[in-house]
Amino acid sequence: MTVFGWGVFKGMLVTFKNFATSYFRKPDEGGIFTVQYPEEREKTIENFRNFPFLVYDETPGKIRCVACGICERECPTKCIHIEMETDATGKPARRPAVFDIDYGLCMNCGMCEEVCPFDSIFMDHAFEVTAVPMSVNFNEVEIGTALTALDQKKTKVSAERAEGLVRHKEKLLKPNEYFQRIRPTLASAIDQKRKAAEEKKRAAMPLRHNAPDGPVPGRENADGQTQPSATQEPK
Amino acid sequence: MIRAIEFYVDMIFVTAKAWILDLLSRFLPDWMVVLASITISGVVILCMGPIIMMYLTLLERKLIGRIQNRYGPNRVGKWGLLQPIADGIKMFTKEDIVPANADKIVHLLAPIVIVVPALMVFLVVPFGERMTAVNLNIGLLYFIAISSVTVLPIFMGSWASRNKYSLLGGMRTAAQMISYEIPMTLAVVPAIMMSQSLSTNTIVLAQAGDYDLHWFIFTPWGIVGFIVFFLCATAECNRPPFDLPEAESELVAGFHTEYSGMKFALFYMAEYMNTFTLCGIAATLFLGGWQGPFFPSWLWFFGKTFVLICVMIWFRGTFPRFRVDHLMGFAWKFLLPLTLVNILLTALWQFTSNLAAWFWSILVLGISLWTLVKLNRTFVPEKRHYPLES
Repeated sequence: MTVFGWGVFKGMLVTFKNFATSYFRKPDEGGIFTVQYPEEREKTIENFRNFPFLVYDETPGKIRCVACGICERECPTKCIHIEMETDATGKPARRPAVFDIDYGLCMNCGMCEEVCPFDSIFMDHAFEVTAVPMSVNFNEVEIGTALTALDQKKTKVSAERAEGLVRHKEKLLKPNEYFQRIRPTLASAIDQKRKAAEEKKRAAMPLRHNAPDGPVPGRENADGQTQPSATQEPK
Repeated sequence: MIRAIEFYVDMIFVTAKAWILDLLSRFLPDWMVVLASITISGVVILCMGPIIMMYLTLLERKLIGRIQNRYGPNRVGKWGLLQPIADGIKMFTKEDIVPANADKIVHLLAPIVIVVPALMVFLVVPFGERMTAVNLNIGLLYFIAISSVTVLPIFMGSWASRNKYSLLGGMRTAAQMISYEIPMTLAVVPAIMMSQSLSTNTIVLAQAGDYDLHWFIFTPWGIVGFIVFFLCATAECNRPPFDLPEAESELVAGFHTEYSGMKFALFYMAEYMNTFTLCGIAATLFLGGWQGPFFPSWLWFFGKTFVLICVMIWFRGTFPRFRVDHLMGFAWKFLLPLTLVNILLTALWQFTSNLAAWFWSILVLGISLWTLVKLNRTFVPEKRHYPLES
């Protein structure tokens, strides 16, 4: 037989236990699991994905993207806009002249990363993205200080802020080292794959490779002009 | 020597006031010194009320946070100590919105009027030895009368808002507060009977005894009276689980739906000051007020009061809201008969010797509680079965 009103005391005991243990228990034992965000951060897991970025190899000119437009077509929200560069003769240069991603539309699905055959576009870890006016180079702004930069620049309202959400090619480009740092497993696997493919190509074209003055396989020579390269071919 | 220091610490506020008055009496005529004496007490109470209210909100948010495994406010100042001030600034800068069809004057008056009784009841609360602002010989009657006025401004506010939810909330407040007034008043009667006085000071003095521990709560009628009084006090200041007047899941925000900014804050202020005074009176009547060994009297009083407030916050963190019929039934069908039995029990206690009194009290209480529980059981019809003919 239960005593009348016993449930009331049992309930109060439960809340009291919660209250008392919140002072000494660890988060996974039932203590407070709040993360005091700007001061404390949880470790980002490797496969965390936020807005996409473009990978380049050594210099920003050596961009992996060939402006094939697959991601543009596959993007469910149509937030990617690509225009291919042409050289003086009007011949397509197989690299993007314009590569815009509207962060206001992007929903971080990661489709672009999946469909890209050139291992060029990947999902980023940087989630502290604010609409910084175009005058502020977002890549230079330290994480967490974006808002301060915004305040200092005395942004004009609305129009410029929306403009800040469209990221152009210069701001989307990030080096391979950065990619290696945030997602080491995937980045090394892709590097290995690319290296293997390149060596296979070299083996297939021994003459060209061994010629001392011949053009080096790659997209680019000294003055930044691109040339079709074996590694860029769809596999 | 230790006694002397104890006495000095105990009387520190009384001495301070006497010193100021002594200083003033050298320059001012007698009638102005009397005025100054009233002003000092008044100013202290007027400052103490809002400050207590501000920090009660912080305490409540902190404790509730801990109960729910959160930190509570901790960004403004150390441990969030400046949070109430930030809240105050926010409240002052907010826009004051009055509904188009509202009764403008009553809408404005309601939040102002509600603070008045909440501050007035501070007068008879004995904060320490010789620290009652006005030692009324009908102090308790005054307290009950004034605190029951609180219904009126709440209903004023709800009526003037011209809002269905507000009006429903106001109706509920009226019903709830009037219902709970009755068991609350009857729960106080035993304490009045045993101390033979309505003055809060005398009631405290009646609980002195050995080591100042002859509190009323250590008797069977005291426990029952205290529990009933405390539950009614929780209902009186509309705190969970009796917060039907402002039940946000049913009534948006109840009677203060149409209030914003400082007007809203005034409602809140009155609510928290009522919480404080009701807990203070509960401590005065049953927990011996400022009586207690070793520590100064005012420390005992505030300690007891804050323990009671913490229990109220604990209630809030634990219980879901009552249903309306359960709420009324609890007051009329359970608390009211219990308080009546309790009054009889007090008489029994007075005229019986000690050990026998305990025996009879527990017997009577046990029987009456059992009966009340049995009588209050909800009727659940037996499940009927219709066997199929095979």
